[in-house]
Amino acid sequence: MLRYLLNKIALLIPTLVGITICAFAFVRLLPGDPILAMAGEHGVAPARYEELKQQFGYNLPIWEQYARYVGEVATGDFGVSISSKRPVLEEFKTLFPATLELSFFAMVFAMVIGIPAGIFAAVKRGSWFDQSLMGTALVGYSMPIFWWGLLLIIFFSGYLGWTPVSGRIGLQFFFKPITGFMTIDSLLYGKWDAFRSALSHLVLPAIVLGTIPLAVIARQTRSAMLEVLGEDYVRTARAKGLSGARVIGVHALRNALIPVVTTIGLQVGTLLAGAILTETIFAWPGIGKWMVDSIFKRDYVVVQSGLLLIALIVMAVNLIVDVLYAVINPRIRAA
Amino acid sequence: MKKTMTFAAALLAASVLSGMASAKTLVYCSEASPANFDPGTTTGGNDFDASSRTVYSRLVEFKHGGTEIEPGLADKWEISDDGLVYTFHLHPGVKFQTTDYFKPTRDLNADDVVFSFDRQFNKQNPWNGDKYLPNLTWDYYTGMDMPKYVAKWEKVDDLTVKLTLTEPNAPMLANLGMDFASIVSKEYADQLEKDGKMADFSTKPIGTGPFQFVDYQLDAVIRYAANPDYFKGKEKIDDLVFAITPDATARIQKVLAGECDVAPYPNPADIATIKANKDVTLMDQAGLNIGYMSYNTTIPPLDKPEVRHALNQAIDREALIKSLFQDAGATPAENLIPPTMWSWDKDVKTDAYNPEEAKKVLEAAGLKEIQLWASDRVRPYNPNFQRAAELIQADWAKVGVKATIVNYEWTKYREEGKKKDRPGAFQIGWTGDNGDPDNFFATLFACSAIGVSNYSSWCDKDFEDLIQKAKKTSDQAERSKLYEQAQVIFAKQAPAFLLAHSQVYAVVRNNVSGFKMDPLGIHRFDGVDKAE
Repeated sequence: MLRYLLNKIALLIPTLVGITICAFAFVRLLPGDPILAMAGEHGVAPARYEELKQQFGYNLPIWEQYARYVGEVATGDFGVSISSKRPVLEEFKTLFPATLELSFFAMVFAMVIGIPAGIFAAVKRGSWFDQSLMGTALVGYSMPIFWWGLLLIIFFSGYLGWTPVSGRIGLQFFFKPITGFMTIDSLLYGKWDAFRSALSHLVLPAIVLGTIPLAVIARQTRSAMLEVLGEDYVRTARAKGLSGARVIGVHALRNALIPVVTTIGLQVGTLLAGAILTETIFAWPGIGKWMVDSIFKRDYVVVQSGLLLIALIVMAVNLIVDVLYAVINPRIRAA
Repeated sequence: MKKTMTFAAALLAASVLSGMASAKTLVYCSEASPANFDPGTTTGGNDFDASSRTVYSRLVEFKHGGTEIEPGLADKWEISDDGLVYTFHLHPGVKFQTTDYFKPTRDLNADDVVFSFDRQFNKQNPWNGDKYLPNLTWDYYTGMDMPKYVAKWEKVDDLTVKLTLTEPNAPMLANLGMDFASIVSKEYADQLEKDGKMADFSTKPIGTGPFQFVDYQLDAVIRYAANPDYFKGKEKIDDLVFAITPDATARIQKVLAGECDVAPYPNPADIATIKANKDVTLMDQAGLNIGYMSYNTTIPPLDKPEVRHALNQAIDREALIKSLFQDAGATPAENLIPPTMWSWDKDVKTDAYNPEEAKKVLEAAGLKEIQLWASDRVRPYNPNFQRAAELIQADWAKVGVKATIVNYEWTKYREEGKKKDRPGAFQIGWTGDNGDPDNFFATLFACSAIGVSNYSSWCDKDFEDLIQKAKKTSDQAERSKLYEQAQVIFAKQAPAFLLAHSQVYAVVRNNVSGFKMDPLGIHRFDGVDKAE
């Protein structure tokens, strides 16, 4: 098991190097000059432009800029935002809990609906429910997040008035963050109404962000379940005279869940990508919105370090999933 | 133990602060997060809404809802006859805000004023460089040419400050009403420097303005409380909250749902919905901006005014504006400056649509092909450069001129566009900084702006003489006359096609009173009240 783990970690190193190169190259391939972007409509005199270029180190050869950047990142220095002048890591730490909280609830939504729906569709294979579920899942998978988010806001918040339009919590609630998770912090302060407000603010963005994973999970659960339901041991269980619910709930589901767990792990990347749009629509103060703002401001430092930090998280989650998978399924370890 | 203490402290803070919820609170759904709260170091309108217009005051102020200058921290001022020395007399007894992070021991004095400007140019000032914040650029201070015009700031006595200029510059007074000229506390700066917490100066602001800073949750919410010591009297609202809501549709839904009281910049598509709602009012005003298209006047045949006039005449401007601005509307521009600005000459008119006449002139001049520039960015004065380019292209085709559209990303676009030898017609525009005509005429069409922001590379001696003279004259009536003459020359020479001054909108709930649209594009909450 240890060897398996070390192997996996060793594989991450070239990935990491690749990511630093991509993050570094990506921001430089973006059209637009950060110094001109900063100067706004006024433009900047040529002499001043050269001075600023030097000040920011953009006059150095590209490889030297890269070497500097890697050196800094290796020592845990992710740089200082060009626009806000705050350390990138500090901003990331402040904003990440919001993204994590939203992603968590989106995932809970996707699993709570997706898994039972997938099971039911598999059991009732070919029924109208199965057909319509798979059709809906396809629609969900192809749903443009931006359009979906605005549609839900206009209907549920605007027309029905059931949910708040955007934000993380009602503005009347104001407390210093302890964990950075609104739902947890409100409970720590013993404020039930704040907790309810935080939950109500989570409903729409969690649904929007959870829609694509929901579709993926439902489809994956259905196909895994169909496969398992055809296995001999399930037939044996039925032959033994076990109730249908017990056969499905205990014998089939446990085995069907293995590929589903992997799928869920792989959805982390999708969630973080979806968070960029979801957070922008719902004014959710997380890293997705932060990245979008920084791209518009040509804040090179935030974009490249932000990309790197996000990639690190996705890699860490994938590693955990790999390990968990090996724990669940010993055959993998030998491979 | 430490954790318990922090928790207890946080709990205490929460219980104290939550008590504020019952007070009169105004919620403003702002469009973006501020970069920071030091207006000297930032450039965005949303940065200024959150810092200079709430927390800070200036020596002189713009009249609420206008561009006229009125007293601010300075009760009065004198300008020497040669226009070189400005003497400001400060309002006595102005207090800096008292917060949980700073308790002032003295009132505002001349030291604060001198420090506020000195830090923006003096490299020896510890607040000028990296010691305070990394990569400071002081964009507005340099952008408004302050280093060129300011010789020195001096303290005469505690309540008197003297500004000496290198040459007469009438717009200086308007510059001092701008956001970058906000007056900061030297005492607070000294304290932070001593404590080794200089960066706090940009995150925990202290000023003399109508509201004081309470808290900022990054990218989410900014909280302010009315400044009880405000020298113009405490505001009627107790708490001001900025709920940062970047998406325009979500912002409007929030106002309609009563989650916020004021929101700026609705989508043109939402304007009909807003107008139909009886709980809110849509406020609008012609913005202090101009959308235009610069011809490079140095490259034949565009060096001939008649050719430029003919190109202007070939464009169906009314249809163009309607297609670009749709329901949001815009005022067709007759002049470089908008009608809300002093010195605007109502008798000056730009070229009327006349394709037949245009065709004759253009054929005679032999103009067959032209480059037509467009960028990807939405600007207040032109929501869609590409669409505009396509429509103009079609209009020009009708008079026998084939336009090739040249596209660049926004920053690259301007970089290429400002080059002296850039060919063809370049779409651009401008949003004014300080309400002074000089900020339009000189910034955009002075000879010295060629290669910087004079996209027409146009240098007309008569026009130049007039605007330079107006810059050096202190008397506004006299300046106004000079700018009126400049407008006549501009219309005759037509270095650019003038498109429109766009409308600026805000949505306000009906129980809010005292909110005014501001031609400078800022959102101010002093003097605003809310009925429960």
